Amino acid sequence: MTCAETEILLHALLDGELDAGHARDVEAHLEGCPRCGAQLRAYRGMQQAMSAAQLRYTAPMSLRRRIEMTLPSAPRRASSRRSVLKGFVMGTALSTALAASLFIAVIRTDQDQRVLADVTSAHVRSLQGDHLTDVQTSDQHTVKPWFNGKVDIAPPVVDLTAQGFTLLGGRLDYIDGKAVASIVYRRRTHVINLFVTQGTASEGHGAKLDTMQGFNIRRWSAQGLEFFAISDVNAEELQEFVDKFEAALHSAGRT
Amino acid sequence: MMAGNGGDAHQDKARRFRDATLPHLNDAYTLARYLLHDAADAEDAVQECYLRALRYFDTFRGTEIKPWLFAILRNICRGEFARRSRVTLAMDDTTDDAEDAAPLWQEKHASPETEILRQRDAETIRRLVAELPAPFREAIVLRELNDLSYSEIADVVGVPIGTVMSRLARARSMLRKAWIAEEGLPT
Repeated sequence: MTCAETEILLHALLDGELDAGHARDVEAHLEGCPRCGAQLRAYRGMQQAMSAAQLRYTAPMSLRRRIEMTLPSAPRRASSRRSVLKGFVMGTALSTALAASLFIAVIRTDQDQRVLADVTSAHVRSLQGDHLTDVQTSDQHTVKPWFNGKVDIAPPVVDLTAQGFTLLGGRLDYIDGKAVASIVYRRRTHVINLFVTQGTASEGHGAKLDTMQGFNIRRWSAQGLEFFAISDVNAEELQEFVDKFEAALHSAGRT
Repeated sequence: MMAGNGGDAHQDKARRFRDATLPHLNDAYTLARYLLHDAADAEDAVQECYLRALRYFDTFRGTEIKPWLFAILRNICRGEFARRSRVTLAMDDTTDDAEDAAPLWQEKHASPETEILRQRDAETIRRLVAELPAPFREAIVLRELNDLSYSEIADVVGVPIGTVMSRLARARSMLRKAWIAEEGLPT
């Protein structure tokens, strides 16, 4: 392989776009050619500098609203409740008990939806302007004590940088009228907000994925706490984040 | 009954569209900002993109919505907004030929062997990227900022994968030179 060929192909190597055969050829050349090797390191450095800098733009809230307004309106939550009520009025064969439980389920869903809506707007707010973090550090031992006295729980903070999720810091936020802890992570160029709040003891519901306004939200409860991870990363990556977070939490020995 | 079903199908489509496209709003806006330079134009282009995307959503057959959405956005940016924009966008593919006149590998005689580039703040890097000629700027924005694969970039831009690779190589080479030139200046 010549220098001229390597000069082009090292970019494909950098981008993980080379098949194994070509990757071996390029790497063999890079080992024997200090100049091409230096090129690769320089470009890798530049790529890392670019991914570390915040080069992306956040769409203004006004644009998001303008687009939302042009979309046909989403099914309203109220209408789902109304249709259930209409079922009662129409004199279905539902037993009173079943009807009551259904009604509670509908109300519970509305409550869930309100919390999710709060989580979503807190996330969107955090992306606007300069209020992503109140305490900005990648040191988990700085973030954790920062929450002392600010929220009535001790949120677990784990560093997942080695697993591809960089800890950016922490923030105080409000969800469902309560102060909650938000631990902020970054996946490549995407922000993940992890909201931690006091768990509702009775629930203990399992992991659940929701989508709201296009954001993916994973919620689960553990150790008496309730967690909401929200981001615009795809559902698989958000799941990966939750898995890594849980794994790190357990290996940290439930401190 | 019929009307009700039609409404459901309509709402279902809107919901699917929303869930599929809105997570990419920041990415789309970022691409438009780099292609058009102007914040207000970028907003208009993105809104137009979402309108068109909704109209053609039924024709979307792929698995990845982002390249499909970006192809629509890029066409809009190249079309009316490029004409409207005060900045003349050299979107012509002929730029490639002119640039190709000098083989890439000869450049390293000219450029210093600075392996470690000095850290630059986001504002400076944004400006350096924004100053790249259009075909190279869009290649680097699609790859580094929007995380698209070569084949996805090829789909968006409508060129072969080989061209994507050579444009990226060229784009990074130009960016690195500009970056190093910047270092001669006081911070």
